[in-house]
Amino acid sequence: MAVPQRLPPVVRQLASDRLGLARAAQTKRSRQLKARIVDADRVVQSICPYCAVGCGQRVYVKDERVIQIEGDPDSPVSRGRLCPKGAASEALVNSPKRESRVKYRRAGSSDWEYISLEQATDMIAERFIKSRRESWEQEDDEGHPLHRTLGIHFLGGATLDSEENYLIKKFFCAAGALSIENQARI
Amino acid sequence: MGSNMAEQHPVGFQWVLEAKERGAKFIHVDPRFTRTSAMADLHVPIRAGTDIAFLGGIVNYILEHDAWFEDYVRHYTNAPVIIKREFHDTEDQGSYADVPPDLRPAGLFSGWNPDDLAYNVDTWGYAGTSVELGAGKSEQQADVSGEQAHGAHGMELEHGEPPELDNTMRDHHCVLQLVRRHFARYTPEVVAGICGCSPDHLIAVAQALCENSGRERTSAIAYSVGWTHHTISVQNIRAASIVQLLLGNIGRPGGGLLALRGHANIQGSTDIPTLYNILPGYIPMPHPVSHPTLDHFVELNGPSTGAWGNLKSYMVSLMKAWWGEAATPENDFCFDHLPCINGDHSHYAMMMRALDGGLKGMFCVGQNPTVGSANTKLMRLALAKVDWLVIRDFQPTETATFWKDSPEHDSGEVRTEDIQTEVFFLPCAAHTEKDGCFTNTQRLLQWHEQACEPKDDCRSDLHWVYYLGKAIREKLRGSEDPADRAILELTWDYPVKGAHREPDAEAVLREINGTGPDGNLLASYEELKDDGSTTCGSWIHCGIYGDGVNKPARKRPRSEQNWIAQEWGWSWPKDVRILYNRASADPAGRPWSERKRYVWWDPDQGQWASLGDSPDFPGDKSPDFVPDSDAKALEAISGDKPFILHPDGRAWMYAPSGIVDGPLPTHYEPQESPFKNVLYRQQKNPTRQLFSRPENPYNPSGSDPGADVFPFVLSTYRLTEHHTAGGMSRSVPYLAELAPEMFCEVSPALAQERGLTHGDWATIVTARAAIEARVLVTQRIKPLTVHGRTTHLVGVPFHWGGVGIVTGDSGNELLSVALDNNAHIAEYKVATCDIRPGRRPRGRGRLELVEEYRRRAGIAS
Repeated sequence: MAVPQRLPPVVRQLASDRLGLARAAQTKRSRQLKARIVDADRVVQSICPYCAVGCGQRVYVKDERVIQIEGDPDSPVSRGRLCPKGAASEALVNSPKRESRVKYRRAGSSDWEYISLEQATDMIAERFIKSRRESWEQEDDEGHPLHRTLGIHFLGGATLDSEENYLIKKFFCAAGALSIENQARI
Repeated sequence: MGSNMAEQHPVGFQWVLEAKERGAKFIHVDPRFTRTSAMADLHVPIRAGTDIAFLGGIVNYILEHDAWFEDYVRHYTNAPVIIKREFHDTEDQGSYADVPPDLRPAGLFSGWNPDDLAYNVDTWGYAGTSVELGAGKSEQQADVSGEQAHGAHGMELEHGEPPELDNTMRDHHCVLQLVRRHFARYTPEVVAGICGCSPDHLIAVAQALCENSGRERTSAIAYSVGWTHHTISVQNIRAASIVQLLLGNIGRPGGGLLALRGHANIQGSTDIPTLYNILPGYIPMPHPVSHPTLDHFVELNGPSTGAWGNLKSYMVSLMKAWWGEAATPENDFCFDHLPCINGDHSHYAMMMRALDGGLKGMFCVGQNPTVGSANTKLMRLALAKVDWLVIRDFQPTETATFWKDSPEHDSGEVRTEDIQTEVFFLPCAAHTEKDGCFTNTQRLLQWHEQACEPKDDCRSDLHWVYYLGKAIREKLRGSEDPADRAILELTWDYPVKGAHREPDAEAVLREINGTGPDGNLLASYEELKDDGSTTCGSWIHCGIYGDGVNKPARKRPRSEQNWIAQEWGWSWPKDVRILYNRASADPAGRPWSERKRYVWWDPDQGQWASLGDSPDFPGDKSPDFVPDSDAKALEAISGDKPFILHPDGRAWMYAPSGIVDGPLPTHYEPQESPFKNVLYRQQKNPTRQLFSRPENPYNPSGSDPGADVFPFVLSTYRLTEHHTAGGMSRSVPYLAELAPEMFCEVSPALAQERGLTHGDWATIVTARAAIEARVLVTQRIKPLTVHGRTTHLVGVPFHWGGVGIVTGDSGNELLSVALDNNAHIAEYKVATCDIRPGRRPRGRGRLELVEEYRRRAGIAS
């Protein structure tokens, strides 16, 4: 039952909100508040990036920016719940500490400098090729094939997607850079 | 056990609580009283590192009280199998002649070679198999382990049957009797003495498990890194698997041995591995002796019976996915393009290599080893010897800034200008900024959809590796060097989309799924061929894109399906949700009980039926199927053997192959322990992997002189509010506020003994480092009585470091690198330490304090 807001609060409470926990307790300002997700342009289904329970997330986007992340009630794994980390993942994505530019530290230097992504990719590719050549092992002492380098080590993967791990494994194996490792062992 | 589920997997823990509300009994066995213990019907504190003793006590109880599930054990496990009569157990005297006489048995299995610090496994096999085949016919080289060790995927068995069986399970040499004798001395009193619990606690846990197992009921055991972070890590899990097999709790609803994993895709990065020793789907990496031919590799690595009998099909399909047209029958499908392993090339071995100047370049992608790895000082010293380092993360981590800001800068041991490492920091995309799959802890792959584009230079790792690969291929174009052919012939052309020309993750997923001769997407690994007519990037994932549907992206709401929820995501293999679920029916294919009905044989339809899961068994293989004597692969497994990945279709209580430190779990003390091993003369796991060098000193242990300098047990762990090395949590304002400061947990008794004040500072010291932490004095940490002596635990979370909104000393500074040799995983969960009141010294004083401790303990600097 709609009770006119201009009536005294006690009347409103007795009329429609016996416990005084709902509309009767609202001020004009709180009545006008709305959830931040109401204005979202779209929502997509995602998975929490922290532990391996795999809780469902709903990611709300406005103006091409994530504005909120909530638990996905459809998920049979999590039933809409998130833990403190999962619930804070909007702040992970929009963290004030997050760095969005490539940085480079020269040998012996005491500071970072900024370089372009393309230049960094090119420099890393050159170093990869050079290090690989310098540490290439074609065969062992008995003439058995090795086809590898142990001069390059890769660490990471448990926070990456399976498709990403697949391409990393594929490329590094083809390059003979077989020492690929991740948190599963750590 | 070995898990603090309420705090580390809080949302998964809702299911434990719901089970409890429905009447389930919930027991927590763990050194610390945590939020998990607070919800448990019973919490049993045990000393860190004594889980095998405790589990061995449960095995002993089950067998002594005849509480085991006889039909399940006889038909589905290798309990009736006769083992070679030359095999000697740890309980038998005389297998290690060099150990002086003592009342305790040596504690070594037959085949111990003290010169190699490794076992010759010839005697461990099934009776009636040849030495070579019975031990598992793989490389049998002391230089490899894990999936590369002697027959990780099982040994060769003619006809898929063990040669000698005793179905009464009374033969002296059968597995059940071996298990019985192996654990005969693990009585409640002995176990209680080792673990620091009471005999009644052990009996209560064993009784609860036995009463809740059998035809009508099942029990589950969940574990986490509390079991894997040990020098006996694999055997901890083996011990629990013996308990679960004796009680018939594997492959059945409500049962299982459940690994609770810690990263969003740690399971996926093991299945499609960023690991050195396996290819996608747990195929071993080639070894030099696997060559010269693919057939030789297959013969050495895949038993011809069971699912691994089709190894050649999996391998050929993988190489066709990678090298496409270049992979032909004439060139062995480019088998020679694959690199070979011939030793431990894992993370810690490579960091030692770096220290010795043998590592030129390193990538850290979402990983922060100067906080997350054991002995973090050693990590920094190693990085300083690398020519170039690439970091991909949300923000520069401690690893990215090791050259300008580290404890060694503070102590004057290093100077920035002396560090010649070039460092690249590449910003990453968040999970909301890219498409892809995470595999959760129950093998469930779930797709996450891109919500928006990453900004500036932030890119997905898919983008990064794809364009790095393209750049390298471009620079090598036209190279005549045979070593470059594998790169140049690689299939490396993916459709791209969006503003950043992002490679299409679905195209990669389709490659993982694999295709048939006409390019159609395959539905099951059973369709893979060894003639090059099929492709498949990971055989266990075949079917993930079957019928052209991105199955991990299926998100039918839970309210519209039953509890198995098979239309939400996809799990390998073949969308099986409970592995080995053929075991949920009896040998004749009937449910063990109506209450525990899950998968069963429908004789009218001539196929396996289920409540909604995929049968983990050939769909039309009847329970009474008997294979032909010359059958291979899955056809060689009879209709009543559920464990199809093993060559005999049986679950292994006794592991005749694949494990480097023995076919049965045995209680050994940790690398660093205040106590001696009361069960065996062998103090520690004899095959544990040590790196004895000045940068990695070990504390004296047991009855060694100087052990009393480090009198307390140290254990590291995580908090709910932080994530591993902190790169995804110390940079998040809410989380930083919730858990702002490094601390340690001690009991009131230890606080009194060492003069520690709640809320004040303490300094914790090992032979590696001294760190400071706020003191939390709490009754949650209980002093335990071990062998009549009181022992104290110092609990240390490890999340902090020098970068982030909140900073602090890192717990992993304290640890040594001492590894389990099956998995090359470090003993994060137990070490010894001292603790003293007050902050640690600044500057050079910190180093001097550690050196003083080393001197007192007799450790050479």
